[in-house]
Amino acid sequence: MKIPLPPRPAMTEHEQALLAARPEFAAIARWVTPGARVLDLGCGNGALLKFLWEAHQAPGYGVEIDDAEVLACVKNDINVVQLDLESGLSLFRDGSFDTVLLSETLQTIHRVEQLMHEMLRVGREAIVVFPNFGHWAARLQVLMGRMPVSAALPYEWYNTPNVHLCTMADFEDLCRKLGIRIRERVALHHSRPVSFLPNLFGSLAVYRCAAS
Amino acid sequence: MNAPHDPGSVGTVVAQTARFDEPIRLLGGAQLPAFELAYETYGELNAARSNAVLVCHALNASHHVAGRYAGEPDNVGWWDNMIGPGKPLDTRRFFVVGVNNLGGCHGSTGPMSVNPTTGRPWGGDFPVVTVEDWVDAQARLADRLGIERFAAVMGGSLGAMQALQWTLSYPERIRHALVIAAAPKLSAQNIAFNDVARQAITTDPDFHGGHYYGKGVVPVRGLRIARMIGHITYLSDEAMMGKFGRALRRGALGFDFEIDFEVESYLRHQGDKFSTYFDANTYLRITKALDYFDPAAGYGGDLGAALARAKAAFLVVSFKSDWRFAPARSREIVKALLDAKKIVSYLEIDAPGGHDAFLMDDARYFGAMRSYFENIKLETRE
Repeated sequence: MKIPLPPRPAMTEHEQALLAARPEFAAIARWVTPGARVLDLGCGNGALLKFLWEAHQAPGYGVEIDDAEVLACVKNDINVVQLDLESGLSLFRDGSFDTVLLSETLQTIHRVEQLMHEMLRVGREAIVVFPNFGHWAARLQVLMGRMPVSAALPYEWYNTPNVHLCTMADFEDLCRKLGIRIRERVALHHSRPVSFLPNLFGSLAVYRCAAS
Repeated sequence: MNAPHDPGSVGTVVAQTARFDEPIRLLGGAQLPAFELAYETYGELNAARSNAVLVCHALNASHHVAGRYAGEPDNVGWWDNMIGPGKPLDTRRFFVVGVNNLGGCHGSTGPMSVNPTTGRPWGGDFPVVTVEDWVDAQARLADRLGIERFAAVMGGSLGAMQALQWTLSYPERIRHALVIAAAPKLSAQNIAFNDVARQAITTDPDFHGGHYYGKGVVPVRGLRIARMIGHITYLSDEAMMGKFGRALRRGALGFDFEIDFEVESYLRHQGDKFSTYFDANTYLRITKALDYFDPAAGYGGDLGAALARAKAAFLVVSFKSDWRFAPARSREIVKALLDAKKIVSYLEIDAPGGHDAFLMDDARYFGAMRSYFENIKLETRE
């Protein structure tokens, strides 16, 4: 039984500031239906879950491995499960969530294929956000003979936690291979959607996926 | 001598006793015509009676959870680092209740109490008690204190099992369960350790089938060995190695059967100390309560199904170095709670202290407990 939702209040200043800092939140919020059960993998301090709760009354759980982030979740009153995503999602039952989120975490995962399968086992839909390695500035830096360093990719090659960077085209190839249907996608740059040559001009990619 | 002033301590505390003249029927079928529970409270119950927190003890502890007794500055409550003004469980905001469980040896009715039908101590005739029985008795105490619903019930190890049982026995009477260093049921290995401890006690020539009170003896040898075995399982290999290594008591190997290594000395000391303040009959019963605890048993082993009736929100915490109730055991509880669509947070603390880490100060662990309690909203009433 769904509980009827109160009318949505106007965005608070906090929410507006958050949206400016995390432009993908708005894209994600559009794809999460009110009241949906949400699982956020690599949830950090729970900011996205808190945003979805405030915007949609979407009750959520986060998964996070980092001690400080887990502590921040408890402080923020966000349900969090401390768990290594590489060990799989066996704690979660098939179809137990409406939407599974993987925001800015894909690139740090070793077993990407396993996790993509797991996300769509546990959830009806998956929303994946990652820095687009196909962005022209990254391409240019590689062309100049250097690994890219940017606001979206702020690490040097020797200290990056990122092990699996990809372009939007790469990600779409993987989805095809895994039989994952891309329902919607949006490329962002400086908080704005990019519709012209997104794999070249978008620095952040946001995908809405489902099992096909 | 007065203890030095400690603003974080609840200070001098006084144990109380509540007597219940309504019989209590135990899970094993026996019935106690009346019983007493020793308890302590800290802080004030608010007008809405919404701020009560029950703290459940594990194997060898008691209702003396925080503070000190007058004239006994060294007798500090067993969870004093967790509970007090400004501590993670803040007694300025919460009304905290500690209770000695039924069958205990610290003032509640147990094997040392007089059996009203014989006029002699129960001894070996005191019935086997279970976690369910303890929770039922605690609920009676809650009634007596005017607590309809606990803001939280918390415990570590066997205490955590009681917190879990509260959510099943009295789902309407508990808002939050803090389940720390727990297991949803004992493993065969856990039960095996318990049985070795029990065998040490019951084969002690001074045990007399539990009827040793009138004979002027105590099964000290059995009790100390039981404690030594238990104590090993509370510590991690790493913590023991760090604390004792292979340090020698006498500077060189003795080539005899006296104490060579410091760890032997430590364990014997722990065993000796324990045997002076703990009752062997109680030890037997508490280990049985541990062995019997299995809330999923009535649900074909499906803990999630068992938890369907729970209404509380849960905080589950485990410690990576705990091999008695390893994190995997806590994850079983978390999975069941997720299966049952309950509200749960789970922390796996990378602390070296083994099972006993739940009693130790750790910034991540205590920080999480503090935040969790701070986020518990209390209903108020003018």
